[in-house]
Amino acid sequence: MNAIFSLVAVIVIIAAAFLGASIPRLDFLFGVVFPYAAITVFLAGIIYRVIKWSASPVPFHIPTVAGQQKSLPWIKDSPLESPHNTWGVIGRMALEILFFRSLFRNTKMEMKSGPKLVYGSSKYLWLGAIAFHWSMLIIVLRHLRLFMQPIPSFVLGLDSLDGFFQVGLPGLYITDVLILIALSYLILRRLTVRRIRYFSLASDYFPLFLLFSIAGTGVLMRYFYRIDLVNVKELAVGLFSFHPAVPQGTGVLFYVHLFLVCTLLAYFPFSKLMHMPGIFLSPTRNLANNSRMKRHVNTWNHPVRVHTYEEYEDEFREKMREAGLPLDKE
Amino acid sequence: MAGPKLKPEELASKIKYNLPPNGWMDQPVEFREGTFNYSGNPKNVEYLQLPNPRKWQPTDPDWQLPENWKEIILEGLRDRLHRFRSLQIFMDICVRCGACADKCHFFIGSGDPKNMPVMRAELLRAVYRKDFTLAGKIFGKYAGARELTLDVVKEWFYYFYQCTQCRRCSVFCPYGIDTAEITLLVRELLSLIGVNIDWIVTPVANSFRTGNHLGIQPHGFKDSIDFAVDELESITGVKVEAPINKKGAEILFITPSADYFGSPHYYTLLGYLALFHEIGLDYTWSTYASEGGNFGSFLSHDMMKSLNAKMYAEARRLGVKWILGGECGHMWRVVHQYMNTLNGPADFLEEPVSPVTGTKFGNARSTKMVHICEFTADLIKNGKIKLDKSRNDNRRVTFHDSCNPARALGLIEEPRFIIRNACNNFFEMPENTIKEQTFCCGSGAGLGTDENLEMRMRGGLPRANAVKFVKEKHGVNFLGCICAIDKATLPPLMEYWVGGVDVGGVHELVGNALIMKGEKERTTDLRGDPLHIEGNRHV
Repeated sequence: MNAIFSLVAVIVIIAAAFLGASIPRLDFLFGVVFPYAAITVFLAGIIYRVIKWSASPVPFHIPTVAGQQKSLPWIKDSPLESPHNTWGVIGRMALEILFFRSLFRNTKMEMKSGPKLVYGSSKYLWLGAIAFHWSMLIIVLRHLRLFMQPIPSFVLGLDSLDGFFQVGLPGLYITDVLILIALSYLILRRLTVRRIRYFSLASDYFPLFLLFSIAGTGVLMRYFYRIDLVNVKELAVGLFSFHPAVPQGTGVLFYVHLFLVCTLLAYFPFSKLMHMPGIFLSPTRNLANNSRMKRHVNTWNHPVRVHTYEEYEDEFREKMREAGLPLDKE
Repeated sequence: MAGPKLKPEELASKIKYNLPPNGWMDQPVEFREGTFNYSGNPKNVEYLQLPNPRKWQPTDPDWQLPENWKEIILEGLRDRLHRFRSLQIFMDICVRCGACADKCHFFIGSGDPKNMPVMRAELLRAVYRKDFTLAGKIFGKYAGARELTLDVVKEWFYYFYQCTQCRRCSVFCPYGIDTAEITLLVRELLSLIGVNIDWIVTPVANSFRTGNHLGIQPHGFKDSIDFAVDELESITGVKVEAPINKKGAEILFITPSADYFGSPHYYTLLGYLALFHEIGLDYTWSTYASEGGNFGSFLSHDMMKSLNAKMYAEARRLGVKWILGGECGHMWRVVHQYMNTLNGPADFLEEPVSPVTGTKFGNARSTKMVHICEFTADLIKNGKIKLDKSRNDNRRVTFHDSCNPARALGLIEEPRFIIRNACNNFFEMPENTIKEQTFCCGSGAGLGTDENLEMRMRGGLPRANAVKFVKEKHGVNFLGCICAIDKATLPPLMEYWVGGVDVGGVHELVGNALIMKGEKERTTDLRGDPLHIEGNRHV
């Protein structure tokens, strides 16, 4: 149900773009107004959300550690799983953000008769996630060639690396293949693993369908229905330099692609996609395991009712005296 | 203790990972005997000045909540979103990838899909979306939003008191989402409308008043320690000193109250007493701060602070230099991650230095409290105590990492080092069940009650299963641990699922092995069990 709802939503968006972009007069709307609006919502939304998060303090020092603490000098600590200083935290965060360290730990539990529980390594989710995210990043960076003149050399380098296999004409990008496979896996996993489907929301399927449509229309444009890249570049450079101009004859498919990207950008700050900036702020990961070395201050550390020693001794003085325990007040 | 009605094999055969046909929002909670905890005693709720004291039970149709309960919870949630970045982030960034799903011992043992950590958090998130996010306000159910109703409150009570705050899921989560944090905050919200459980409220009230969860008054404390001193003398022939409330001692020693009142904790206490005597430690016990554990940390941050305040207050009053803490799990989470923030700075104490070895405990330089395993490992490494490993030859030992020392402190090698030096036969359980991946006893965070026994046995299954594995493979007959709740709740768990495995503390093993000056030849271990086994020279 949630999946159908999301699929229909994405189809409606594609249809709207298709119809809208077929009307020549709406070129400016789809080519200029929507992109600017989307990028504005994207940036402002992320900034707003991050500021809102940051406005809440981190009252307690609660890292979840996954390795030996730094304690006695002769015990080997594990600086990346249980970092005790900022460098360690940077290392731990880098592993988490660049290589999905925690997901890599994933296991699969099975209960056999007996009962006997076994835990096998399970890396498919990690593989799907890492393939998707890295492909996505490289694809986004590759797109910089459309926005910049001259094209930065790292973009060209990335381009040739991605097209390393030199298959077909135009050359096949490895990331194009990977992202479609990875997204298909993530969608199928959500749909077919009953346990995952049980807690999946429409907002879990929607971004997957949306991303798949974006990648799909991109692939169509590059390999099957070639569009005029000169036009696209003119539009992109125009947008990027704040001198927007809408070239004619770019094709409807391009506008569908662009509109889907705009939808993704505008949707981003309101969705779970905020895990991207959010991971940087996660207090169980971004704090060092130095809780007893350095005092962490809670800005709202309000006073609470306590039972003082004086009150305690007042209540139990006679019994303490009889038991021969020392007293503060005789 | 009465066991669950079901035999182990029956219970195991009933664990099915099936899913109900309808969506989770349409599946109401069912309070089945054996799987939930009874409500807080109104007398103690009142004593703690918590809201809405009354007689009620979870099975009542009417929970007698205050009229504006919904407003109280939503306002409480808003307030906590502003005070805890953790909560704000954990509400917003979960992608429901499902990596956490089969990491929870309660899910593994119950098969109940709402025990998947992601679902546990979704119970709160759905309400958060409804009232605090734009998408939830507009799209409602399609955005995963849900109206806060009485049924939701009942579901919260059931599932947030079916989480032991062990944080195993948080290790596997790609964003480190910490269910323990969410659980504690929901328990705070529930407490605002008078929804508490007795096994938390009553120990907290006891601890507030008498200084310990068991409600032992100062003279009772002294009797108990004196008795242990006598008992130790009869086993070892050595009379030890155990100073109480002694001003000017160098070190204040604080351990969970179960150590001096519960079994098998008691043998660990004998171990402490023997060790401190042998190294000539200038230390004191305290009756006012006679509890290491902190059941307040299962109820609210404020209650955690209130109970924890006694540690520093007593250290200041007695004028000690630093604090040494005994074997306990959640106590050490509170001491390590909260105490200095809540009740510090501890500028009236000194940076801890071992008076025996001169080692500076740099890792505790600000909080000024040292874990007994850090302390003892240092003694052993420096050759300051003599241990006769063969005195533990009647034990084939495995070690259960308690959740909090493992995942909050990273205290992993210290206890292992001690065990390896105190006994000859040590075997690790499978790697997915120890260290940072350790499985909870299934009874932590205030859930260790008799009425909740079935759920405890279910939640403890993964731990028990791993013990069974090493029992069958290596003949393990002793499960070592460093947590008072473990010592209380692992014995019935072992009895139910495994059989023939004793549970005890690491310092019990130390006490057995410790060669004391002037001791008589030991014929029994600290439990009074004969040391004799095949090939043992102590025959």
